[in-house]
Order: sequence, then C-alpha cells, then structure tokens
Amino acid sequence: MLTVSDLSVSYGAISALSGISFRIEQGSIVTLIGGNGAGKTTTLRTISGLLRPKAGKIEFLGEDITRLAAHRIVARGLCHVPEGRMIFSNLTVDENLAMGAYLLRDHELIAKNRDYVFSIFPRLKERLKQMAGTLSGGEQQMLAIGRALMGNPKFLMLDEPSLGIAPRLISTIFEKIVEINRNHGITILLVEQNANLALEVSQRAYVLETGRIVMQGESKQLRADPQLKATYLGG
Amino acid sequence: MPKPHLALLAALLAAFGIQYFSDRIDPYYLDVLTGIGINVILAVSLNLVNGYTGQFSLGHAGFMSVGAYLSAAVTMFLGPKLLGDDGGTAFQQGALFLAALLAGGLSAALAGLLVGVPSLRLKGDYLALVTLGFGEIIRVIFQNVEVLGGALGMNGIPPYTNIFWVLAFVAITVFVVTCLVNSTYGRGFLATHDDEIASEAVGLNTTRYKIVAFVIGAFFAGIAGGLYGHFKLTITPTGFDFTKSIEIVVMVILGGMGNTVGVILAAILLTLLPEVLRPIAEYRMVLYSFLLIVLMLVRPQGLFNFRFGKARG
Repeated sequence: MLTVSDLSVSYGAISALSGISFRIEQGSIVTLIGGNGAGKTTTLRTISGLLRPKAGKIEFLGEDITRLAAHRIVARGLCHVPEGRMIFSNLTVDENLAMGAYLLRDHELIAKNRDYVFSIFPRLKERLKQMAGTLSGGEQQMLAIGRALMGNPKFLMLDEPSLGIAPRLISTIFEKIVEINRNHGITILLVEQNANLALEVSQRAYVLETGRIVMQGESKQLRADPQLKATYLGG
Repeated sequence: MPKPHLALLAALLAAFGIQYFSDRIDPYYLDVLTGIGINVILAVSLNLVNGYTGQFSLGHAGFMSVGAYLSAAVTMFLGPKLLGDDGGTAFQQGALFLAALLAGGLSAALAGLLVGVPSLRLKGDYLALVTLGFGEIIRVIFQNVEVLGGALGMNGIPPYTNIFWVLAFVAITVFVVTCLVNSTYGRGFLATHDDEIASEAVGLNTTRYKIVAFVIGAFFAGIAGGLYGHFKLTITPTGFDFTKSIEIVVMVILGGMGNTVGVILAAILLTLLPEVLRPIAEYRMVLYSFLLIVLMLVRPQGLFNFRFGKARG
C-alpha cells in the first residue's frame, strides 16, 4: 500500500534520515520504534508532505506522492495524526471534527463518519460543544484520531498517541487503534516510544536509530530479540 | 443572533436614514462618526488577517493608501470627463464614487495578492517585517509619482464621502467577515491560526487560506482608503506610514484578536479617545499612550475577548 524507498531528509546541514526503505501492506499495523531523534516523526511528516525529502521516493497505492502538497496527499486517503495532539484548541469538539471532513463533500458520508467516530469514542459526543483546548490529554488524543477518521482515510499515521496521557487511558486508546484497524480495514503506521505497547499491537516493526533502519521484522520475533529487549524494552 | 442578511439590510436602511437626517446633526459629530466608521472598516478587515488567521501583518496602511490613491485618481481624472462640466447629478456622482471605491478596493486586493503570495510562507516576525517593508515601498512609490502629486499628495479630491457610504461599508465589511469566519469554509482561518501542521494534516491548504484572508483584508483596507480620501479631500504619502498600520494593529489587539465585536468597540474607543482628550491639548497623546499601556496590562487578551481564553504563542 505504501512503499518508501531510499528516503533521505535533512534539516539544513543536519541529516535526519539517511536512506530508509520500508513497505506497508494493506490492512496491517506497522510500527516504527526508536529513541528520541531517531527520525520517527521526520519520517511521518515527510510521508504526509509536511517536509520535503532530499532524495528518495514515496509511493501510495501505486502513485508517486513524493512531491505532492500535504492537502493533496490527504485527499488520496493518507491521514496523519501529528504528535502532541495538535488539535484546534480554539474550536469546539464539533468544529474540530468538521475540519477533519474538510475535503469531503458528501453530507451522508460525513454524518456516517461522525456516527462511526462517536461509536469508537463516545466521550467526544458528550463534549461536542466544548472548546477542544479544555479537554483532558486523553480526550484531546481521542479527538485528534477522531478528526483524522472524519476524512475517511485508507491509511492512518499516528505519531506518539501515548505521549503525555494518563496510563489508564493509554490502553484504552491502543484498544481503539486495533479496533479501527480490524473492523474498518484502515492500515496503520504507528510511531511510538513505548516499544512494548507498539510491538504488542503491530504485526511488523522497524527500528530506527539516528536516521537509519537498524532492525526489522515481525513484531512477535522482535519482542523476543535480546538486543532489542536490552535497548528498548527495559530488559 | 438575527439572520445576517436581514441585519445587513437593516444596517443599510439605518445608514440611509442617518444620511437623510444628517442636516440636523452637528457636523462635528458627523465627522467623528465618519472617522470611527473608517477605522472600524480597517480594524475589522485587519482582524481577519491578524486575529482570525493569526498572521501578523503591519502593512494595512499600505493597502489603505493604494485604495485611497486609486479611487481619488478615478474621481479626479475620470470624473470630469464622465460627468461633464456641471458635475453631474447626485445619482451620477454616487455611481462614480461607488465605482471609484471598488476600483480602489480591487487594486488594494491585487496588491495584497502580489505581496501575499511570496511572503505568506513566512511566519510571525518575518511576515511582520515583510509587510512593514511593503508599506514603506508603497509610500515611497507614491511619493515619487508626479501624476499622483508626489510628496505633496493629491489635493482637491471631490467630497463624495458621506455618512451613508461610510456606514454602508462598515455594515458590508462586518457582514462579509462575520459570515466568512462562521462558515464551514471560514473555520479554516481559525484552524490555520490554531495549528498549521494539524491544519495541513487534515487537508487544509493553509497557504491559500492565508492569501485569501490577506486579499480580502486588503480589499476592505482599500475601500477604507477611498472613503478616507474623499472625506479628508487631500491625501499625502506620509498619511499612510507605518504608524497608521500600528494604530490599526492596536485596535485589533485591544479588541481581542479574532473577535469582531470587540474589535469594533476598540476601534470606536480608540477613535473617540483622542477627541475626548482634546481639552487637555498637549498632554493628550501622553495620556492616550498611558491608557493603552494600562489596558494592555489589565487585559492582555483584549478588552472584549471571550472566545480565545488566553494569549497564545
């Protein structure tokens, strides 16, 4: 579904990604794990068109999207939930969801997507008229994911959904991520610092270190890997 | 809230009514009201850019001057040819003035597009500097174009501005800006303000939103410039320097960024304040500045701000 080949990105003189390649099959959950500054967020931002690569190619559903503008990439069904719950804090929950369906014109489809979002996150329905900035961290993350789902994505990229969220809510959110993938066939690329959790829900994983993929394989096998255990899984 | 279209119609009728009875109103009050109206148009249109969309422009006086010069050129150079020696009927003059205002607004909008397309990729301080520079460039150009009076400016502009035109364009500006930001499309301005990355991630073309805000803002600044020129009857390049831009920015900040009602009240307050303080003559500007500082300390989020809870970076 998504093929990234030889992708290199740099911020000025500093290289952030040096030639990474990976493939994501339709219907799967794939995770990118790695420490701070490994290039995880850079990878997502480049795929979604927010950053321009120095070299390499990104193909989505057989089409080259490397140089497309961000809003055109979204229109093709590839949606990015940015890190740090970037919601529109001065808009209400309702308006945030409406922005997520910005590119859709079919009102029936929008209404259907709304019901779907509410079925996954009933909490959002209770808070419709509330300013998004006044939601709790977990609720903001639900809103960020819900907003992305409003746009009817085929492929969802989640950047650190567990960041800064109460531990009790983290497992809820991850259950919802699996549900979105399983019940609606939305392919997911998950970036996580919490490697344990990420490997638990995903089928395949890539480990990034300073802009390179240093390890890859099935999540089950990686969880058992002694070297990975020592570095990322806390022994 | 009443239906916006009905409110607009009511406001236009009210403007007409006030014009009809304007003979009985003290000319001083009419002048002050005209000044207030022009400032409200400027502040509400700048609020679309600086408030709702969150782009810091310091070039509003520049767009105002484009509108002022263009519309004055239309009425002064084209007017006599079109209306003949007797000056034409009141209706003909009105039609000419409306055409001149629209020409001024459209040329300002074009200027907004020319400045906006290359510079709106910049953010914050950088954008402020570019727009500031643009305002100065415009001023220097007008200073050196002999046809437009050079440094002396244009004199003898026909006195077409009356209270009807001013109030009508106040109503239209408020109507357009309010309807725009309250529409589904217009929510994108607020979204761009809140978070550009998230906006792009849901598929908004943020650059286009910024340019649209900039062009519409410039259009109404041009209209305000046209009204100003035909009200003061003389315009000089120095009348549109960056202190004028800052004056408008202050109205927007004081009213509460992204709050049309607040910005209207602030524009009224800041136009009235120098008038009210007139008796104390030379201390006027000192007290005016002092009041500004106090207001900023007491209500940094804006006097009338309710939507945006706190100042945001």
